Amino acid sequence: MRSLPLLLVLLASLAHAADYPLDAPAPDGRRPGGTLSQERATPPLAEDENKDLKRERNYPEQPPTIPHTIRGYQVDKNGNKCLTCHSRSNSAKTQAPMISITHYMDRDGQTLAAVSPRRYFCTQCHVPQQEVKPLVGNDFRTIDQLLQDEVQRAGQQQ
Amino acid sequence: MKLSRREFAKANAAAIAAAALGLPAFSTASNLITEADMTRLDWNKAPCRFCGTGCGVMVATRDGRVVATHGDIKAEVNRGLNCVKGYFLSKIMYGTDRLTQPLLRMKGGKYDKQGEFQPISWDEAFAIMAEKTKAALTAHGPQAVGMFGSGQWTVWEGYAANKLMKAGLRCNNIDPNARHCMASAVMGFMRSFGMDEPMGCYDDIEATDTFVLWGSNMAEMHPILWSRVADRRLSQPQVKVAVLSTFEHRSFDLADIPMVFKPQTDLIILNYIANHIIESGSVNRDFVSRHTRFAKGADDIGYGLRATDPLEQKAKNAANANTWSDISFEQFAAFVKPYTLERAAEETGVPAERLKALAELYADPKRKVVSFWTMGFNQHTRGVWANNLIYNIHLLTGKISEPGNSPFSLTGQPSACGTAREVGTFSHRLPADMLVANPKHRATAEKIWKLPPGTIQEKPGFHAVEQSRKLKDGVLKVYWTQVCNNMHAGPNIMQEILPGWRNPEAFVIVSDVYPTVSAQAADLILPSAMWVEKEGAYGNAERRTQFWHQLVKAPGEAKSDLWQLVEFSKLFTTDEVWPAELLAQAPQYKGKTLYEVLFRNGQVDQFPTSDMAEGYANDEAAAFGFYLQKGLFEEYAAFGRGHGHDLAPFDTYHEARGLRWPVVDGQETRWRYREGHDPYVEKGSGVQFYGYPDNKAIIFALPYEPPAEAPDKDFPFWLSTGRVLEHWHTGSMTQRVDELYRAVPDALVYMHPDDAKELKARRGSEVKVISRRGEMRARIETRGRNKPPRGLVFVPFFDANKLINKVTLDATDPISKQTDYKKCAVRIELVSLA
Repeated sequence: MRSLPLLLVLLASLAHAADYPLDAPAPDGRRPGGTLSQERATPPLAEDENKDLKRERNYPEQPPTIPHTIRGYQVDKNGNKCLTCHSRSNSAKTQAPMISITHYMDRDGQTLAAVSPRRYFCTQCHVPQQEVKPLVGNDFRTIDQLLQDEVQRAGQQQ
Repeated sequence: MKLSRREFAKANAAAIAAAALGLPAFSTASNLITEADMTRLDWNKAPCRFCGTGCGVMVATRDGRVVATHGDIKAEVNRGLNCVKGYFLSKIMYGTDRLTQPLLRMKGGKYDKQGEFQPISWDEAFAIMAEKTKAALTAHGPQAVGMFGSGQWTVWEGYAANKLMKAGLRCNNIDPNARHCMASAVMGFMRSFGMDEPMGCYDDIEATDTFVLWGSNMAEMHPILWSRVADRRLSQPQVKVAVLSTFEHRSFDLADIPMVFKPQTDLIILNYIANHIIESGSVNRDFVSRHTRFAKGADDIGYGLRATDPLEQKAKNAANANTWSDISFEQFAAFVKPYTLERAAEETGVPAERLKALAELYADPKRKVVSFWTMGFNQHTRGVWANNLIYNIHLLTGKISEPGNSPFSLTGQPSACGTAREVGTFSHRLPADMLVANPKHRATAEKIWKLPPGTIQEKPGFHAVEQSRKLKDGVLKVYWTQVCNNMHAGPNIMQEILPGWRNPEAFVIVSDVYPTVSAQAADLILPSAMWVEKEGAYGNAERRTQFWHQLVKAPGEAKSDLWQLVEFSKLFTTDEVWPAELLAQAPQYKGKTLYEVLFRNGQVDQFPTSDMAEGYANDEAAAFGFYLQKGLFEEYAAFGRGHGHDLAPFDTYHEARGLRWPVVDGQETRWRYREGHDPYVEKGSGVQFYGYPDNKAIIFALPYEPPAEAPDKDFPFWLSTGRVLEHWHTGSMTQRVDELYRAVPDALVYMHPDDAKELKARRGSEVKVISRRGEMRARIETRGRNKPPRGLVFVPFFDANKLINKVTLDATDPISKQTDYKKCAVRIELVSLA
């Protein structure tokens, strides 16, 4: 008899449930089509890629992504762990890339004696990369790829 | 050295061959391309596509493609900086699953609610939309049609949509998803000042001594403003930062006074501070007596749930939530007196000394204070009250409307202010703060629009959450959404939105750029152009209107939302959609299409295409034969000019890096209501809150009231939802950029490590987050950027595969109708340990 209240609850919820299908076929996006009402299993947590290999930038102004893990790094008003390797004075010792000269400039483009406080929180622009495959492709083309296209087109016209 | 194109091609052949083989050409020196015509990029300005900060971006194009973006050094907002999302703007248009043709659900060559999506032509798409719309109008009237847009519409898109719906189809069921975002801020402004939008501007950041963040994680959600705050705090030692939230997050990294309070008790802290200001003798009596008056607002106002909900039936003032009566200063003082320091410390969980330190920052007459808030205040069943209560504090101390003293409501969408608020795309609004319920306002709009009196309906339409309910109830039959993703971002998906959209009685149209979950739940998908694929205008959080030119073409048959709206209007004649009595007042419109009446009215079509700046495409002007954007903007600007909302002439904005309204005699306004800054303030008055006829702002007596749902034995955790730095809102754009996706691929359940231990779970364990409404699965994070206290979990909403809004509650602020996404009760079940 213990199942009776449960049954009543189920019936009550069914009475509220729609009497028509909630899912219908649809193109895949980030989520596969036709799965909206379903719960999806989740992939395990991925690790940050930690190889210390520089990655190609999409264009020169792009902030480089971080090629190592930063888990547990302190970056707050009391200290900035990133700068212990990447500051001007430390980068030669550690062979880590020095932060760009723009990071020493204030809002008016004047160079300061130290890192500009407006650039203090590194992770606003620089992010580590996890070892995961993109959900959806991206066919952004870099300027070099476009120039190659132009060169090839020019070659074909000769 | 100058290479001919041919020599250049030869020189590059080796490099290309090497590249084709995947080999870097290390053996020889690089062949540098130096020819000016090869290396030249076309650079143009545009505002960022993402948040309400409104950063300026420079966009490089080449061969019809965007190839680079960076922060615009000439833009006052960001002076050359972008956040990580902004730096990757170049890639947002190039996801491989861009929608490029209209798609309709069909079976056997005909529309079918359960059919598979098939490509159709635009003509076919508009034909079925018109057929469904006309059938709904004929059978059920204008109430059966609805539209949902957003603060991502460009100014003219929102304006055209508003006009098409409220005037053309005579239907007020149009709302922006800004309803989910800052409707409480709007109603807070309207009640306290009689006029919407902040009095101050971002210049306050460099002029203040104190920042107080109320339910705002600026470090992640407004990173560029945060960089300005950090700049100020770290370079000036007297500056203090106080951060209040229901959990610890990245903004706490800069906090001098960090405070984690129990959900909903911010109302107690706000009233305690007002009490402290009065009791410590810190009231700016001169300011208060000259520029303010006092009122007691209706209390016990319910929770914006369905009328059948017991909580609504119990609420005494659910029907007249937005009412108040005059009181005196003494009555106000007596009202806040019970909000003592002891009570505040006890009920909020914040140590008394921190609360006192916070109150003293506001009370100290020598200290300037900027208060920032976002969704912690606005997504709150008492969000309007929270907004009113923060204004109380700034008004009692006179710390308002001057450099460095500023209560500042931040916005989440790029044109939440510009399009949702200023254009008035809310279901109750018209442009320039006017209301559909006000007969004078309707008459003004009808006059500007050259429409017969009575065209605009008096009754406010369905707001966001009500639209979902009306779809489910079968009242709304045709529903069109543009530039938003409500199946993902709206509350209570499983009980309201999904059954609403999939209701066989409803026909749902989604205009979008990618197959979002909203598009997947639609019946007709229309492919849209985005960002610099069209000419646009956004208005940011500091009243700054910013324009951009079309820089590239949209892919395939994708078309801008503006083109879709205006082209669709050609399918209706006035005789089909207006009653005969109305038409009899304007016989000249008989038999005319809505396109002719609304957009070929001698105003919208008054600027020829030759007015366009040279060298830019404009697909809408090309399609309609006149400079549509300029005509819409100038007609729209007529609503606000001379009424405190003045906009500059159209062409000015293509030159300037944005201007903050009111723009009078070519001058923008940085501090409203303050003599010397705001041209609307009369000489000699110092300050005038001219939104109200008596030029006074209202200080509101409003109590603490409990939230709609709180943890109990069965659902023991608080759930708060929100965003992350790397993804913008539902992630439709940012999750298609590899670097941003790989930075934060999945939504996580941020939890206190002791709570995880008690669940016999750990970091990385898969859990179900379950509420009375639905459930979702995700992994636990106990060491991440957010550190909740025990008993609270935080889950971001960007992830299409982990829809936390299946779990959230669709309780809203009864005044603003904005959902409280920050508070509901859940339980956590372990699915697998690791």
